Amino acid sequence: METQSTYNYKVVRQFAIMTVVWGVVGMLVGVIIAAQMVWPELNFGPWFHFGRLRPLHTNAVIFAFGGCGLFSTSYYVVQRTCNVRLISDKLAAFTFWGWQLVIVLAAITFPLGITFGKEYAELEWPIKVLITIVWVVYAIVFFGTLAIRKVKHIYVANWFYGAFILAVALLHIVNSAFIPVSMWKSYSVYSGAVDAMVQWWYGHNAVGFFLTAAFLGMMYYFVPKQAGRPIYSYRLSVVHFWALIFTYMWAGPHHLHYTALPDWTQSLGMVFSLILLAPSWGGMINGIMTLSGAWHKLRTDPILKFLIVSLSFYGMSTFEGPMMSIKTVNALSHYTDWGIGHVHSGALGWVGFITIGSIYYLIPRLWNREEMFSTKLIEVHFWIATVGVVLYIASMWIAGVTEGLMWRAINPDGTLTYAFVEVVKAVHPYLIVRALGGLFYLSGMLVMAYNVFRTINAGKAVDAKIPALAAQSH
Amino acid sequence: MESLYLLIPLSIVLTFVIGLIFWWATRSGQFDDLEGPAHRILMDDDRAETRKPDEH
Repeated sequence: METQSTYNYKVVRQFAIMTVVWGVVGMLVGVIIAAQMVWPELNFGPWFHFGRLRPLHTNAVIFAFGGCGLFSTSYYVVQRTCNVRLISDKLAAFTFWGWQLVIVLAAITFPLGITFGKEYAELEWPIKVLITIVWVVYAIVFFGTLAIRKVKHIYVANWFYGAFILAVALLHIVNSAFIPVSMWKSYSVYSGAVDAMVQWWYGHNAVGFFLTAAFLGMMYYFVPKQAGRPIYSYRLSVVHFWALIFTYMWAGPHHLHYTALPDWTQSLGMVFSLILLAPSWGGMINGIMTLSGAWHKLRTDPILKFLIVSLSFYGMSTFEGPMMSIKTVNALSHYTDWGIGHVHSGALGWVGFITIGSIYYLIPRLWNREEMFSTKLIEVHFWIATVGVVLYIASMWIAGVTEGLMWRAINPDGTLTYAFVEVVKAVHPYLIVRALGGLFYLSGMLVMAYNVFRTINAGKAVDAKIPALAAQSH
Repeated sequence: MESLYLLIPLSIVLTFVIGLIFWWATRSGQFDDLEGPAHRILMDDDRAETRKPDEH
């Protein structure tokens, strides 16, 4: 009884710090490439060119910032809800150092122009193999810990995290199937329309399972905890989970409307995308209604603001997504900046905010402090970031619709009304606003980094004791 | 087109696997109590132990 064992907070702490570090790095690269769109003079040499920095940005924010946030929170949630320490400290440490190595290799190889050439899967084959190994170990640690749990019921957040881990493994293996030709060059085993379909089956499910399901796991733990109230409907959260994972797999073809892909496949993708609205909004309402009867907490608690506003962005982008998947809407929106706006409404608003809120929740607990160094700075971060997101997505909507309309405008004699460069000129002001929005969001992240640094500096890394389990029933 | 010969069977197999996991979860009583678990995570006090290190 006296020699109570502890939770493994060390790996949670490591990943939490790197979430903030990679957040700053990834968003900084984002601001740089946004500036390159406005001032093309900023493309210095081949290494600093937009084409090479863009995958660096996407990989850094999705897999480094988002990925570290998911490792950190999933390790925390699975331990606390299962009432047991991670099954292996060594394997957990391996996932940390392995994942950091993947990120560092990405930061080196992309500027050098080493790329597999598939969007969101640009890393070359030796790094792909490393990812696979780290991911398998991650699965062993996560599911191993679930297997030795002291609580019979598996909390819903763990279901989401578990589905994310398995689905990402499957997607990565199928989409990354490669034929190496040298140490740093390989080719996809698929070709043509087949390759495109496999790519977007991967691409959209990466959005579904990496950027949605996993962060929903985060949401189902940290929103109730921070609000101090149980989730609005636990029953609905279980329905949400099963509905989402049963329907997600076939939405990918909506990325390939009006292409060489068979027409019926495109329509199927559109239908499944529309169906997805139902579980998505069910989950969004479930999260927001958790505050039912405690709305006043939103006035004083900026962490809760981050979490709840993230859900409203989740609702917005999961409405916008199905709408854009309708073929007639897609005819206007595809290939325009509207797509970029849509992605960032989800990425900055939903994924970014839920991660930031969860990390603010975790930091004081991991370094034995009552709260963050400054609540006021969290409030400042919240408002800077919110203004940044709104500037970003509003400017991209306008730019996107402008592009869509100008590209399709046709003179009576059948020729195009506008040359491409005229469209570029027309959207230039919005590209400036977009860069400004990104700069706001990055500034907020720097405020967070300072706040986290001060909190950690004043605190002390402590592994919490595993509380003795009360009677199983209640 | 050929990609569908891979992706459709894969998705169908996956649906069955998910169905199987769902069946296991239901049979093993995971969904018997759909109220308690929501409250249970709130009873787990994970705040820092900054004050009164020896309460109980």
